[in-house]
Amino acid sequence: MADGRAAVKRRINPRLWLSGGWLMILVIAALAAPLLAPQDPLAQDLFASRLPPLWQAGAEPGFPLGTDSLGRDVLSRVLYGARVALIVALIAGSCTCVLGAGLGLVAGYYRGWPDMVISRLIEIWMAFPPVLFAILLIAVMGTGLTSIIVAIVVIDWTRFARVIRAEAMSQGAMDYVASAKVAGRGRFGIILREILPNVLPTIVVLLTLEMGIAVIVEAILGFVNLSISSDDPTWGSMIAEGRAAIHHSWWVLVFPLITLFLTVLSFSQLGEGLKDHFDPVLR
Amino acid sequence: MSDALFEIRDLRLSFPDLAHKPLFGSAPRIEVLKGLSFDIARGDVVGIVGGSGSGKSTLGRAMIRLLDVESGEIRFDGTEISQLGETDLRPLRRRMQMIFQDPMSSLNPRHTVARLIAGPLHLHGFDQIRARVDQALSQVGLPLSFRSRYPHELSGGQRQRVGIARAIATEPEFILADEVVSGLDVSSQAQVLNLLERLVSDMGLTLGFISHDLSVVRRLCKTTLVLHRGEIVEQAETAALFGAPTAQYTRDLLDAIPLPEVTPGWLG
Repeated sequence: MADGRAAVKRRINPRLWLSGGWLMILVIAALAAPLLAPQDPLAQDLFASRLPPLWQAGAEPGFPLGTDSLGRDVLSRVLYGARVALIVALIAGSCTCVLGAGLGLVAGYYRGWPDMVISRLIEIWMAFPPVLFAILLIAVMGTGLTSIIVAIVVIDWTRFARVIRAEAMSQGAMDYVASAKVAGRGRFGIILREILPNVLPTIVVLLTLEMGIAVIVEAILGFVNLSISSDDPTWGSMIAEGRAAIHHSWWVLVFPLITLFLTVLSFSQLGEGLKDHFDPVLR
Repeated sequence: MSDALFEIRDLRLSFPDLAHKPLFGSAPRIEVLKGLSFDIARGDVVGIVGGSGSGKSTLGRAMIRLLDVESGEIRFDGTEISQLGETDLRPLRRRMQMIFQDPMSSLNPRHTVARLIAGPLHLHGFDQIRARVDQALSQVGLPLSFRSRYPHELSGGQRQRVGIARAIATEPEFILADEVVSGLDVSSQAQVLNLLERLVSDMGLTLGFISHDLSVVRRLCKTTLVLHRGEIVEQAETAALFGAPTAQYTRDLLDAIPLPEVTPGWLG
């Protein structure tokens, strides 16, 4: 019974490699920031303020991407900023995913009153403007890494719950779920062993998107000075400082902005790439 | 004890009609099964036929308790199961299995063939699972190299064989086959029917065979039960029913079977 169905192989996805490559570089940069950074990210030197990046006239060696108005090295601050961004992306992203997807699966599979409660909760949540809600939460809890993560989880779990609920509903109506029931699997087993593997590609895409969003939210909070303490380098606070000096030192704004942009883009592209990779039909 | 595997008495089932639900109060109910009573003898092959919407699939799914029953009795091997909860049903699940119409949606697309067949075995605490999976595969005539394949890597007929292998792996007494050959081409249909026939005699199975295809039922089934709008119109030995139908509805159904009639001159 030889047929071609099993023989089809897919070639490697370039966007998976590009986005994965960038994030890999970022992870290494964040982990090895003390080794890689040419300067102390917090060290101020008013005599070396507003130095341009290396390839422009007036640059000084040791400050490859220039310095800001307090003479702090931009490259070093971008590297240390990656630490905050990645920690928030990983922890806030995963917590949001577990909470949101869990509630979504329960609502979508059990239906009935659990669905009623969770759906009403989602609707109420979505009526709040998210960024204002985050700022309000941080104002109440105080700034700091934990507050940022909690704020992101509390705000964004609905993004997972909505999508996964709908997905679980459509999967729950498939005959393979009835087949598992006939085989004698309990409800919880059906959710974990039958439905979860089938919604996993969606979860992965949402998770990587959520990591990108977490990076953006952290940057927004940094921009309005509600991230971790204002001295510590975060991309958001660098962008805020750079905005004020955009006319005479563009590099303070542009380099963290490019890094932020590439990181968020890579997260979303990684999700798309992984989705194809996880799908046995497309694999 | 009688030799009936299933004894069904006054089985009723209805669904809420949400399209006509008033703003306040509960929706009116659509009666799907209107008090059915019949027996299925051990070792019998029962064809359940009827037009679409006659309630044949609902009846099948209610019998093996995939659906909750409103009222009435279902005795399986002497045990009343119509009101049992999911936990109490679990030990009985091994003994009644089901083969689905569409094997593409009834086989979890993310599980390999081996895992699909092993699933029910694990749940019912069987030992030597690998050997049993291999045995089930060879019983349905699939090569063992299919163990690691995914459903989308199989053809329609092969998928349906995997569905059958999954159902027979736990050595059940009763199998419900819901339109199992409707989605297959004619040659696969014949192969799957031959396979079912062989399994029934080899394993001493009792088979409930739901179909709208009367010629298939005539070939496979010993007795036939005709369903029309949620009521049993006729139940008889297949040969008798096809030879001399008593109910008007059965006669209409039989008349609707297309027969090959070659008009003279058609072949040129």
